[in-house]
Amino acid sequence: MTTVTPRDEQDACAAVAEAASGRIPLAIAGGGTKVSIGRPAQTERTLSASGLSGVTLYEPAELVIGARAGTPLSEVERVLAGRGQQLTFEPLDYRPLLGSGGEPTIGGVAAANLSGPRRIQAGAARDSLIGVRFVNGRGELVKNGGRVMKNVTGLDLVKLMAGSWGTLGFLTEVTFKVLPKPERTRTLILRGLDEPGAAAAMAAALGSPYEVTAAAHLPAGLGGGAQTLIRLEGFAYSVDYRSGELRRLFRRYDLDLVDGEANLSLWRSVRDVAPFAADVSDEAVWRVSTAPTKGHVFTAQVARSVPCRWFYDWGGGLVWLACSPKEDAGAAVIRAALAETGGHATLIRAPAEVRAAVEVFQPLSEPLRRLTAGIKGSLDPVGIFSPGRMYAGI
Amino acid sequence: MSIAFPAPDPAILARRDEILAGLARLVHPEALIASEDERRAFETDGLTAYRKLPLAVVLPSSTAEVSAVMRYLGEQGVKVVPRGAGTSLAGGAIPQEDAVVVGVSKMARVLEVDFENRTARVEAGITNLAISAAVSHEGFFYAPDPSSQLACTIAGNIGMNSGGAHCLKYGVTTNNILGVTMVLLDGTVVEIGGQHLDSPGLDLLGLIVGSEGQLGIVTEATVRILRAAEGARPALLGFPSAEDAGACVAAIIGEGLVPVALEYMDKVAIEITEGFAQAGYPLDVEAMLIVEVEGSDAEIDEQLRRVVAIAERHKVSAVKVSKSEAESAAIWKGRKAAFGATGRISDYICMDGTIPTGQLPLVLRRIDEIVKREGLKVANVFHAGDGNLHPLILFDINKPGEMEKAERAGEEILKLCVEVGGCLTGEHGVGIEKRDLMRWQFDEADLAQQMRIRSVFDPAWLLNPAKVFPLDGRIAA
Repeated sequence: MTTVTPRDEQDACAAVAEAASGRIPLAIAGGGTKVSIGRPAQTERTLSASGLSGVTLYEPAELVIGARAGTPLSEVERVLAGRGQQLTFEPLDYRPLLGSGGEPTIGGVAAANLSGPRRIQAGAARDSLIGVRFVNGRGELVKNGGRVMKNVTGLDLVKLMAGSWGTLGFLTEVTFKVLPKPERTRTLILRGLDEPGAAAAMAAALGSPYEVTAAAHLPAGLGGGAQTLIRLEGFAYSVDYRSGELRRLFRRYDLDLVDGEANLSLWRSVRDVAPFAADVSDEAVWRVSTAPTKGHVFTAQVARSVPCRWFYDWGGGLVWLACSPKEDAGAAVIRAALAETGGHATLIRAPAEVRAAVEVFQPLSEPLRRLTAGIKGSLDPVGIFSPGRMYAGI
Repeated sequence: MSIAFPAPDPAILARRDEILAGLARLVHPEALIASEDERRAFETDGLTAYRKLPLAVVLPSSTAEVSAVMRYLGEQGVKVVPRGAGTSLAGGAIPQEDAVVVGVSKMARVLEVDFENRTARVEAGITNLAISAAVSHEGFFYAPDPSSQLACTIAGNIGMNSGGAHCLKYGVTTNNILGVTMVLLDGTVVEIGGQHLDSPGLDLLGLIVGSEGQLGIVTEATVRILRAAEGARPALLGFPSAEDAGACVAAIIGEGLVPVALEYMDKVAIEITEGFAQAGYPLDVEAMLIVEVEGSDAEIDEQLRRVVAIAERHKVSAVKVSKSEAESAAIWKGRKAAFGATGRISDYICMDGTIPTGQLPLVLRRIDEIVKREGLKVANVFHAGDGNLHPLILFDINKPGEMEKAERAGEEILKLCVEVGGCLTGEHGVGIEKRDLMRWQFDEADLAQQMRIRSVFDPAWLLNPAKVFPLDGRIAA
């Protein structure tokens, strides 16, 4: 497969127009770290954003950063860290889970709508993304949103591009709002809770006034006893006060505090799904989003028919579930359980033949499928951008 | 009257009796409003200078009724103007003579509150404030707080992606909606999202929020509710110049403090509100900030101490730190009364552009020049943390030509916002008010792409049709 690497937006428009006129389906890549997510798309050419690099705008006092789509995420994070700021949605790094190489790009962060443990408090990439520039399937440069964080001018195509996995357009530049890095971060670890008990404890913490920024539960058997993790962040004096209040709230529990590097690495492993990172080919991995108190109901239902392991983030609402990659990788059972609890599941890691055979993204109701196909057609009339990556025929 | 409306379709006007009879078969008799007197109540919204009497008004009481009405009007090729409480300042709910208003105000129930999952399911005609009222007994609230929150509906908030004074910390409507039930023009009822986070496929919810009633009618919503902080208190800071106030805002944010609210008022706004609300605002300053922080008492004290220390490095000349609920209420009293107080002394139009905050001193200077050139006065009240300006252009509607002057100045101000890197509207929406300015912010390709997506939902452009996009050059899917 050939790779086309435009040097600027004009180049990108020309490359897309040329592919459109020849009806040549394109895979879109930044650093190529997430190419194995989605249905295997029948593409003939890769359009790479790696030639579009560099921070184009950074105004710390305005809490905004803009960068060309192919800019490495690590570069954006380094520039922000230099002024004590960060991307608040805590984007996960899929490389350990997928066993992929390469360098994640800021455009990929937007296109995959990445987030991490702070999702429950600070939103996902879509909530921080305030501006996009992209090439549509007509080879036209389209801009939407901008560089200010309050903007309701026209239809919000920024949200639409976030999480569209390269199926709607080729992002050339993205702009995010950012926030200060917390001065202190600390985690309370509650030990030995069963899953309903952990869900209730996380709900109590998240329903408290103490601004919990992450809550995860690692069941027993994932390399130790059960741990329920509750994170606080902010100014040192404030974290000290709030962790004191939470300790009081949870005084009947077996409880530890973790600070410093141990704490940061703990949340990195939750964020990057470290418990399932080894043995890439042995287990399929699903990412399931449901209501926080329904997470354990979902896993109990699935475990009745499919041997699997799991852990929870987002207060119990995000389930990372690993099971055998054979046959449908548990798809039928997982979808049936979700029909009861509500929510959606994405098959993040599985062999290509499984991803070709089962729905990778949550199947849509007929009217939503019709709207999705219509939107795809309005942006990409010939159907050249990663056709079929999200849904067959779209 | 510089904003044009399309000429009504005579064929539709001629069929009025037939259309009314068709609607009467679908809804309870009291849900259909036909008499001219009663239709008058729906002829405008918060942009009261513009009025159009609708063909009819329907106020359904269920999603099923909305669906039946939409299917009928869609089939008949009749235009539909969705309506919440009619508080839009951009004319988003203003009807036209050949359109039927479909209002959701009778659908205002709380359907379910789930404190453990921190969500509430409501009918879309509920007011913004009623959601918070329904969950406040457990210390929870719904975060976006537009000034009209006592009256405005969540349906309207979703239509306009409404903001408020506290979005620096809590985000705007789109960050606080988890799911909607929406009726498409062909009557199809779609469920999007739910109690979970993130979208299963494309982010249709993100597209719907802020679509100004052009994609469908939202009849129910699942919203995020949040546990309120233990407390919140503001400090009031007066400055000798707009530059000093602007630099102070930048320094507060630069030091890693993110106040829950950061409001700015200029001298004219201070004088007007002080004359009405007697909030004890300093009258000898050029600019004033209200900086509110949240947390426990001790946390608030510490944060406000840091804020005041920063202000002292920026020539602050008046400082009032609230120590009690009563003092907080007094500080907020003037800000919250600002629009009302202005309305008592003058007619005004309220603009809503956003600018990069670093451009603040320049933009304020230019606004002053623009308004003076028209021989008018301006009061500036806005959300300083996010650069969302609300210049109130004062005029006298009884003086011939003054409203046109005010509109002309408003237009210049919005163009200025775009020119310095901002946008036409931060939280009010485009409506009819900014429709004809869209080409200042967007190129043809940008607008064409938005219109093509709009047309996927409504190929015949029947839904809120004369809004958002310039009347010429419309594009189907």
